[in-house]
Amino acid sequence: MFENLSERLERSFKILKGQGKITEINVAETLKDVRKALLDADVNYKIAKTFTDTVKEKALGMNVLTAIKPNELMVKIVRDELALLMGGTSVDINTKGSPAVILMSGLQGSGKTTFSGKLAKMLKSKKGKNPLLAACDVYRPAAIEQLKVLGEQIGVPVYSEIENKNPIQIAQNAIAFAKKNGHDLLIIDTAGRLAIDEQMMNEIAAIKQAIQPQEILFVVDSMTGQDAVNTAKEFNDRLDFTGVVLTKLDGDTRGGAALSIRSVVDKPIKFVGTGEKMEAIDQFHPERMADRILGMGDIVSLVEKAQEQYDEEEARRVAKKIAKNQFDFNDFMGQIQQIKKMGNLKDLAAMIPGMGKAMKDVDIKDDAFKGIEAMIQSMTPAERENPQLLNGTRKMRIANGSGTSIQEVNKLIKQFDGIRKMMRMVQRNGNKFPKLK
Amino acid sequence: MGLFSFFSKDKKETLDKGLAKTKESVFSKITRAVVGKSKVDDEVLDNLEEALLASDVGVETTLRIIERIEKRVADDKYMNTDELNGILKQEIIDLLAENNTDFLQDTNEEGKPYVIMVVGVNGVGKTTTIGKLAYQFKQAGKSVYLGAADTFRAAAVEQLCIWGERVNVPVIKQKMGADPASVAFDTISSAKANNADVVIIDTAGRLHNKVNLMHELSKIKNVMQKVIPTAPHEVLLVLDGSTGQNAFEQAKQFTKATQITALAITKLDGTAKGGVVIGISDQFKIPVKYIGLGEKMEDLQLFDKTAFVQSLLG
Ligand SMILES: Nc1nc2c(ncn2[C@@H]2O[C@H](COP(=O)(O)OP(=O)(O)OP(=O)(O)O)[C@@H](O)[C@H]2O)c(=O)[nH]1
Ligand SMILES: Nc1nc2c(ncn2[C@@H]2O[C@H](COP(=O)(O)OP(=O)(O)O)[C@@H](O)[C@H]2O)c(=O)[nH]1
Ligand SMILES: [Mg+2]
Ligand SMILES: [Mg+2]
Repeated sequence: MFENLSERLERSFKILKGQGKITEINVAETLKDVRKALLDADVNYKIAKTFTDTVKEKALGMNVLTAIKPNELMVKIVRDELALLMGGTSVDINTKGSPAVILMSGLQGSGKTTFSGKLAKMLKSKKGKNPLLAACDVYRPAAIEQLKVLGEQIGVPVYSEIENKNPIQIAQNAIAFAKKNGHDLLIIDTAGRLAIDEQMMNEIAAIKQAIQPQEILFVVDSMTGQDAVNTAKEFNDRLDFTGVVLTKLDGDTRGGAALSIRSVVDKPIKFVGTGEKMEAIDQFHPERMADRILGMGDIVSLVEKAQEQYDEEEARRVAKKIAKNQFDFNDFMGQIQQIKKMGNLKDLAAMIPGMGKAMKDVDIKDDAFKGIEAMIQSMTPAERENPQLLNGTRKMRIANGSGTSIQEVNKLIKQFDGIRKMMRMVQRNGNKFPKLK
Repeated sequence: MGLFSFFSKDKKETLDKGLAKTKESVFSKITRAVVGKSKVDDEVLDNLEEALLASDVGVETTLRIIERIEKRVADDKYMNTDELNGILKQEIIDLLAENNTDFLQDTNEEGKPYVIMVVGVNGVGKTTTIGKLAYQFKQAGKSVYLGAADTFRAAAVEQLCIWGERVNVPVIKQKMGADPASVAFDTISSAKANNADVVIIDTAGRLHNKVNLMHELSKIKNVMQKVIPTAPHEVLLVLDGSTGQNAFEQAKQFTKATQITALAITKLDGTAKGGVVIGISDQFKIPVKYIGLGEKMEDLQLFDKTAFVQSLLG
């Protein structure tokens, strides 16, 4: 269902070929595709509309140089604009104050409690804070218990009052407790609430009033659909929150809600949640999110993950080869081996541009890469180093040798080319998008 | 026609203004657009498109619905607004898989105990829905056993136990971190030994792209069958009503890992519409059985197609 935007653009831009300038008429088809891609990614339909209008304005009149394909130009405009909307540089969390107070807010099940734990753990280890967690969800069954279990896991005390059903009081008492016990950071977990629940919205507004927190974080599930705008706007109107946390990005959602939220409330996305474990917290990267929304894979994250968890040497070597445009099938094979080692194959595979879609319908078992590996193994050393050697007869030999078909070999080569191109593009520009000459 | 023809139009309204103003129902918009005209024009279809997209119906399904309506309109040149409204609702209702029974009726037909396994991604409302279902069964005079097979999330067992106390049904549990399949086994064994009518197994939330966790579900199923070969009789996939197009992928992957027999959509007491289930129900032919409308035990209703479509367009 979700087609990669660059693939879509490639198709629709066939129309544009040979025309010198981007005009209303020749860009129409493309913008339709952009809009569809955004809608598939759950970007709010109004924002998708506004967005494509902006892109159109920027694209109109641009010269289609012979050096750059019109679809690449268009992808660039779209990505730049998306990343811009997503917010430029990342904004750090404010932990000044004694204690600095951070208040969580959001819908039911968005991940507030889990994120409270993650944030406490991170600020404890990275900023040397002495955090205290406060359990102010007095409604959900075992909510206090949940926070206590997490507190135990990360070695952070939890302030709670089992008999007290008044979260405003509990929050105030938690501040007093933090002061008395030398905690310089207090993270307050609250109950999930719907934006239209007047009583509950009043409650959290009252908590804010009473404790004047340094930060109010709006925690939102990245799988949220069109309703994200209403919820974000409503919470912001009531709380004037200071930042957004996007959770469950370890899933395969495209996460268009991020764009919607950024568009309706001018607040930075400060963190993302990438798993259920207490370590699964990350900074927000606007460019990566832009790519994700467009379904363009996330090669930067992939390379980073590989670097982080595995062979840094190898990653550096590969980076060099990419720079020299020497990334070859041996390296590709190496990357596959790394991915296999890293587990969670589907997650990782989806990050590879062009692979995302191919992987979607595949049941990834340990032998998921078997075909690809067999094909690469059937190549001669010379072919692996010089993929351009692969002509018809060679391809046929590889297909026979690996027990695959010529189509599969062609597909592999196409994927490989895509990866190579993307890697170079990413690298040349650091984390930025390709600049036009 | 007007589909995605956003060039021909100026930005009709700024985003903020659009969001702030109270939503006008599609039906009234359509009435306005059609009055005095003999055919459905682009404006009507644009309004419809907007309403469907805004309800998370998704591009593909929206286009399908609109195509079908266009076709009907073309065949039937003169149509008044009432007829059009009727057709509109019908076209959408037709996409929703047929659902004639609730679990209560089903339990009467199968042998004892009737085993329901509840699955879904993190935080969608599985445990709460189980509490609500247990309450309904209990009200109907059935004896229920709950199995705390979410042994992973912090205090998930305690959460289900509190529901057990609320509804007054036994909860079978082990320690946090225990093998969920073994909890399921214990629960069904106890229920069988005590001649209980229904077993509901809670499972840990899992994202559908985590292969190992999805395999775990098949394992739980297999172990259940050691006690009752036909179990689980139902696998209920819980979807959060505010989820967007990713729900499709959830349905797909969970269907692949376990045979999903029914859907529940939660949190429809909010402003989210849950329109994505139209496409899901159509594609996977799985009926939506229940909707969640709040956090209390009474807040579970049988899914009503007509009411759902009305809320989607209203
Ligand atoms: N407003 C509203 N909230 C709901 C509904 N169903 C569940 N919730 C809330 O959503 C949150 C998550 O619900 P749970 O039942 O714990 O969800 P779960 O799927 O078991 O979550 P995990 O086990 O953590 O994956 C809780 O705060 C529930 O009270 C509903 O229909 N409406
Ligand atoms: N996969 C994944 N699950 C998460 C993430 N954050 C939270 N969760 C899970 O989502 C569910 C709801 O989280 P919780 O913190 O209880 O949400 P709350 O109701 O907002 O406090 C739990 O099952 C968490 O384990 C995340 O980043 N990734
Ligand atoms: Mg919570
Ligand atoms: Mg649960």
